[in-house]
Amino acid sequence: MSELNRLTIAQARKGMAEGAFSSVELTQSCVDAMEARADLGAFITPTPEAALEAAAEADRKRAAGDEGALLGIPLGIKDLFCTEGVQTTAASRILEGFKPTYESTVTRNLLRDGAVFLGKLNLDEFAMGSSNTTSYYGNVVNPWQSSDKPNMQLVPGGSSGGSASAVAARLCLGATGTDTGGSIRQPAAFCGITGLKPTYGRCSRWGVVAFASSLDQAGPMARSVEDCGLMLGSMAGYDPMDTTSVDTPVPDYTAELGAGVKGLKIGIPQEYRVDGMPEEIEKLWMETAERLRAEGAEIVEISLPHTHAALPAYYIVAPAEASSNLARYDGVRYGFRSDAPEGLPEFSSLEEMYATTRGEGFGPEVQRRIMIGAYVLSAGFYDAYYNKARRVRTLIAQDFSRAFEQVDAILTPTTPSPAFGITEEPTGVEMYMNDVFTVPASMAGIPGISVPVGMSKDGLPLGVQLLGKPFEEVGLLRVAQAVETAADFTAAPQLMA
Amino acid sequence: MSITRETVEQAARLARLTVADEDKDRLAGELSAILGFVEQLDEINTDNVEPLTSVVGATARMRKDEVNAGDYPERVLANAPDRVTDFYAVPKVVE
Repeated sequence: MSELNRLTIAQARKGMAEGAFSSVELTQSCVDAMEARADLGAFITPTPEAALEAAAEADRKRAAGDEGALLGIPLGIKDLFCTEGVQTTAASRILEGFKPTYESTVTRNLLRDGAVFLGKLNLDEFAMGSSNTTSYYGNVVNPWQSSDKPNMQLVPGGSSGGSASAVAARLCLGATGTDTGGSIRQPAAFCGITGLKPTYGRCSRWGVVAFASSLDQAGPMARSVEDCGLMLGSMAGYDPMDTTSVDTPVPDYTAELGAGVKGLKIGIPQEYRVDGMPEEIEKLWMETAERLRAEGAEIVEISLPHTHAALPAYYIVAPAEASSNLARYDGVRYGFRSDAPEGLPEFSSLEEMYATTRGEGFGPEVQRRIMIGAYVLSAGFYDAYYNKARRVRTLIAQDFSRAFEQVDAILTPTTPSPAFGITEEPTGVEMYMNDVFTVPASMAGIPGISVPVGMSKDGLPLGVQLLGKPFEEVGLLRVAQAVETAADFTAAPQLMA
Repeated sequence: MSITRETVEQAARLARLTVADEDKDRLAGELSAILGFVEQLDEINTDNVEPLTSVVGATARMRKDEVNAGDYPERVLANAPDRVTDFYAVPKVVE
């Protein structure tokens, strides 16, 4: 088997431009890798035949002089993006068999630039989860294994767990993810890859199955900072179909890569030192700051006083918006519809059909969140919960605005732990703590990126998160690449293709 | 706040979810834990703080009020679980 699947996007672009190999050869290498590592459960719907056809088309275009930014690059697509004619499930039973008759704006942008789609990647049901164990289509396995318990299957993180696992295992060169409270950054950290949540409004949400509309944002997941920049350049852009997409030009996100961090101010927020965080995570965080200082950055202690309020506010805002967004799944227009009760020709009422369909079509975590959402939005509670949370959100956003008057970027750990075992996963609120470092940036809408920088004592990858000013992803990627270069993270997972 | 079985039933009704009887006590416990967690927000003073409505400060754009899509019933109905001609079909609800 060729190892073209192990190339970065930047390397593959160069190789194809120089004629060293074709997109068909590159794509075949990924298809072989997907088959070899089907046990990871990363894909819900692989589309190898369509991918090879698209690769052949990309090769024809290249021969005719086309130089699309992602021409012939094989990518995986999180199964939350509507793809025309290809089943789109959001990892839920309620959307089983749903074949969109339209293409999401982000995937349409990637196709415009010549990308080849390998298939639809697994995720937590409706992107609700931090371990990819809530999918109706099965768990995703992290390709990394702990040296302490080598036979234990580990979670890839979530919700973009299939994306993270597939990129880490070299099944695809990059993947799309979506991030509502950490769903790109946390799995990227758990799987030792790089994942960028852009500023809210940078990528269109049109055609992306909605979870919490004031938080959802699509972004790239790949094996280098540069690759994330290349993908974002294609994914981003104003879209009249999404009223929250922002009409600012899409810059070259790789423009400042290599410029270093000399003279930049990097903030270290004291509130991210939480109780119970393993010493090795604190140590890697401080080592990363030291490395940036050695490269000429100034390290500044800062305060983000409302950090602790972000997670509880998130668990009001996100379920509230989810309960509203998921009202559309009623068994009438698309997806799953329950059968009438046994022995009866029909449901006794329309409402019974709705409630039975939703009770059978949604999994337990989705049902919990919908019920929480319905409760906090109900008469008499709206102000005490939803409006209270939105006021707290203002305070969180103000914290970041003040911090960015002092610093150019903020450095934090991405997660409070490395990946955990599928059978050891925490439950309830304890599970929600996975996102304690990623949720604040989501609540403020600012961009964040996770970069792998080291290993836990058990040989599992750990990441740091960099946060930047709104719409200044170019500068954020510059700092992220300095972190990447200084960390020189070259370890590879055991279950790699 | 502690959530009772009755509150679970009320939330399930609002959310149009059939919840099995044997699951109601478990759900009451789970929902109570989540609400207990979020209620720590009560300790934060939000007097004179406006609720955040848009993280990017965007204002709604105006556009021409004109038809820009439609007239493709086959695409709209392609995923319908049940249909009659160009309509979605649902169980009969009028006696």
